[in-house]
Amino acid sequence: MTDMTSSVQSTFVRPAQARRDIGIKRRYAAERRFKAYGLTAILIGLFFLFVLLWTVVSKGYTAFQQTAITLPIEFSEKIIDPKNERGANPAKLMTANYPLLVRDALVKALGIDPANKPLVKQATDMVSASARTQLRDLVVANPAIIGTTATVSLLAEGNIDSANKGQIDLTVAEANRKVKDQQIEWMKKLSETGAMAKQFNTGLFTYGASSRPEASGIGVAALGSLYMMLIVLVLALPIGVAASIYLEEFAPKNRLTDLIEVNINNLAAVPSIVYGLLGLSIFINFAGMPRSAAVVGGLVLTLMTLPTIIIATRAALKAVPPSIRSAALGLGASKMQTIFHHVLPLAMPGVLTGTIIGLAHALGETAPLLLIGMVAFVVDYPGSPMDPSTALPVQIYMWANEAERAFVERTSGAIMILLIFLVVMNLGAILLRRRFERRW
Amino acid sequence: MNMMSEAAVEKALDQKMNTVPFKMIGKDVSVYYGEKRALFDVNLNVRENTVTALIGPSGCGKSTFLRTLNRMNDTIDSCRVTGKITLDDGDIYDPSIDVVELRARVGMVFQKPNPFPKSIYENVTYGPKIHGLARTKADLDQIVETSLQKAGLWNEVKDRLHESGTGLSGGQQQRLCIARAVAVSPEVILMDEPCSALDPIATAKVEELIHELRTNYTIVIVTHSMQQAARVSQRTAMFHLGNLVEENDTDKMFTNPDDQRTQDYIMGRFG
Repeated sequence: MTDMTSSVQSTFVRPAQARRDIGIKRRYAAERRFKAYGLTAILIGLFFLFVLLWTVVSKGYTAFQQTAITLPIEFSEKIIDPKNERGANPAKLMTANYPLLVRDALVKALGIDPANKPLVKQATDMVSASARTQLRDLVVANPAIIGTTATVSLLAEGNIDSANKGQIDLTVAEANRKVKDQQIEWMKKLSETGAMAKQFNTGLFTYGASSRPEASGIGVAALGSLYMMLIVLVLALPIGVAASIYLEEFAPKNRLTDLIEVNINNLAAVPSIVYGLLGLSIFINFAGMPRSAAVVGGLVLTLMTLPTIIIATRAALKAVPPSIRSAALGLGASKMQTIFHHVLPLAMPGVLTGTIIGLAHALGETAPLLLIGMVAFVVDYPGSPMDPSTALPVQIYMWANEAERAFVERTSGAIMILLIFLVVMNLGAILLRRRFERRW
Repeated sequence: MNMMSEAAVEKALDQKMNTVPFKMIGKDVSVYYGEKRALFDVNLNVRENTVTALIGPSGCGKSTFLRTLNRMNDTIDSCRVTGKITLDDGDIYDPSIDVVELRARVGMVFQKPNPFPKSIYENVTYGPKIHGLARTKADLDQIVETSLQKAGLWNEVKDRLHESGTGLSGGQQQRLCIARAVAVSPEVILMDEPCSALDPIATAKVEELIHELRTNYTIVIVTHSMQQAARVSQRTAMFHLGNLVEENDTDKMFTNPDDQRTQDYIMGRFG
């Protein structure tokens, strides 16, 4: 205090040029240095972001294509239903020897001697084992196809697919690679006739888990994730907003509410795997809910998302100018009317942003789902949230553990899809913010 | 008149406006913010259809007193009010009194114009809607028109009622806030430095408006401007350090005040 008054007096008395050195040059130098640090930090961040995206995209973009072998398949009645029982017992169609159809078609297309068993085996290995179910589904859906010849596009086996995309080094010794010389020759032949070609990989979006990479996709996992997101949205948004409104507007400010506030802030920082343990012990072991079900996953993710939503909502409520509250109260609005007619609508952009960020966080969460058994090999679409299902990030985690080259590209491909989902959700948050934002 | 204490009656007899009945009576009003006492046993009565100005240096308790009149202090957790304030014989701090009802009868205009970020129309109709004053759209339209006319804003905004209220100029926003307060047909309008955020032209318009509103409403206005108090009010009350120093006819207050402190403040010797 004395310093201040004395300097005020002395500057008043002293002439301007005699002012004491306050280090103008140093100040500007410090400012320039600080700007340089900031710029460096941003550049480093951008570099790593670029490296991350480059790695994922360069590895993953091939996952969106899949090699298919298109063959004229003769749906011979002799093979599918030799005793003509399908009228009496349609289940016969389910167990027919469909791989034989594929073998015959390959033998014909490649001109192999059917008696040469090892050669025929090499040929049939080029087509995915999923061809059995593909042909079965065709026949079951349309039994009239039996006895005719139809052109069917079959999935190439994973290694053939990888070789066709140039991902397998074909120059190494034949014994050290999965694709044999004879198969390479056939691939060339099939490619020349146009029977083997790459096409857009719709299966990546529709299939479920499979041990064969060419027949595995994220469809089932995506549906599981969708169920969980809906559960999180339906539970976390109303609970979170109601809790925030109560804490921010109605609760008395005392030790207890302070404690609750501190705890909510801490809960936002609790490692997500702890929520998984909580879900395991409460929802599965105590409440007896089904294992690996989206409903449990949704509940666990709700618990995890709640603190984020509550913190965002409280911040948004706090940011509403008090003059708006006074205006409404001064007109005789009740507290509830003030909040629901004026404060909450103005806080809505913040609430929605917080909710979507929380949902995006939940969508990418893996650890808690591992503990409640959602690391499951789920082939069929879950009919309801109570059925066993898995989630997108868990599917990525499981694929990342697989050895085949074709799973590596699928892992990156699935990461790309997940990232696109997250970007879309964040864009949605920004757009909602713009849409609801009001200036005063 | 029969509500008045003997002392107040005696005092009133000496005054020019002694025939005007009291609308609100404050008796021994004290306000505490937690441990801190902000008002000390203030006895101040507000006369009907009169503009009462509350003046005094910053932090003297004039805004605090104003806010006790429609219980806006209730919104502050630590705030406690003792004493008695009546509106037309009814104690406004009585537990049976609904604060919503009270605020519909005692409206308020704030220091900073605070229209809702909604259309001009919605700003004016919000009060009537929550108090159920209008049944039909036509009723609401009528309320909007008369309220805006009373606030002297109708001609300026009648063609853009559905544009945002926040798009108006500062002075227009403040008049919109007055229209919004008037729309619920209050009996008393409290104004907390309504012109402090406005330029001189807008201030002049609001002052003119206050003058006109006086015929239908009882107005209590807090102001920092001596000239404004002199221009718009008939009665003036001077606060200092939480005490009511003097309450008198405005003419007398600005020419020949009873209290030395009032004279000093009006002359600009402190404050």
